[in-house]
This record gives sequence, C-alpha cells and structure tokens, in this order.
Amino acid sequence: MRVLYFAWIRERIGLSQEEVSSDAATVADLVAELRAREERYDLAFSDMASVRVAVDQELAGLDAPLDGVREVAFFPPMTGG
Amino acid sequence: MAVRVQEADFDLGTEVARLTSGNTSIGALVTFTGLVRDLGGADAISALELEHYPAMTAAALERIEAEACARWALQESLIIHRYGRLEPGAQIMMVATAAPHRGDAFAAAEFLMDFLKSRAPFWKKEHGADGARWVDARESDEAALNRWT
Repeated sequence: MRVLYFAWIRERIGLSQEEVSSDAATVADLVAELRAREERYDLAFSDMASVRVAVDQELAGLDAPLDGVREVAFFPPMTGG
Repeated sequence: MAVRVQEADFDLGTEVARLTSGNTSIGALVTFTGLVRDLGGADAISALELEHYPAMTAAALERIEAEACARWALQESLIIHRYGRLEPGAQIMMVATAAPHRGDAFAAAEFLMDFLKSRAPFWKKEHGADGARWVDARESDEAALNRWT
C-alpha cells in the first residue's frame, strides 16, 4: 500500500510517501511495524495523540482495518481555514 | 455549490458576482475571508506555508459543503482554499453562502468555517526570523464542532 506523511510527520521521517508491503491488520499494527524500522519513524509516531490518520482518503481511527486498503496517510491535527 | 483548491489568489468581488448572478431570489449573502496574520513583535512572520493532501482535500471540502446544504436552505455556496507560500496580508481562503434569509446564510458560513478549521486536510507552517514552526491545532477549534452536533 501507499503510505503518505504530511507536515511535521513528513519532516521527521524525511519522506512524503512510500510503498510499504505489510500484513498489518489495522492502522495501529502498521504504526507498530513502522516504529520498529528506524528511529526516525519511532520519533514521528512517539505521541499518537497528536497523529491523525486517513485510510483511502477518509479520516479513520487507529483500529481501522487495512484489508484491501490502497492508501494510508499520517498527519498532525488539521489547521485549515 | 462549488469548491476550489488552488495556489492562485482570488477576487472576492468577482466570485460573489458570479455566485449571485441571475438569481434574484437570493436575499442574503454572507462571505468570510481568512488572511495571513502577522502580529509583529516576537511572533512576527515573513510567510505562511500551507501544505495539503491533494487527493483528499477537495472531497473533504465537498463533504463539509454538502452537510451545510443539507442543514440550511442555501441557494448557493462556495469554498475557495489556497495552498503554497503566502505573504502576510494575503488571502488564504473564503467561504460564501447565499440564502433567501440571513439566518441560514450566517449559520451555514459559521458551520463551514468551524469544520474547515479542523476537518480540512491543510497544515500551516509559519516562517519567521527564528526559523519555521508548524501551527498547532487549537483545542477551541475542536470544541467549536460540538455546537453543531
């Protein structure tokens, strides 16, 4: 699946998007896999209270299932307007 | 009902004229324009950078607009939101709502703004003399959504 990062999460990880092969069942599982990869991921996801998630471009929770999902995005709380 | 996400500036007068043109049943038009604010002093900024999630932004705005149209008797509505690097004083975004009566137009415009603040996938970064920092979401913006539930 494609994984996207925005704002300070993008900056901490140093990537705006990447292809990730994962068997993670939920968003939370994917986060755990990413955190185990490298310190920059671990840092970016160290405070999940300030991370929001979209699954296939819809806002979702950490418990959202990833079966059949093509795109997951991680970003801080939005500041539009 | 329209949504535009663009880097370019917009002209409020032109947009409003287009929105109301030929529809004489509109009795109330409310617009809001957000500008890049520079309070100066220690918080002085030289630019505001707006990042967004291109694949999601327009759909998120359209959903917020559709919700407003379902709640109030609107004849027209428009959301324009810019992205990219903007100077202090620049226009960031606008909403316009048109209805037979002002109550619906005011309420819908406030609703649109409250949801744009925390449900539209934009992130703001302020550039100042000491470098750049991401603007934190405000708890009051999240709390503002509760009055519409």
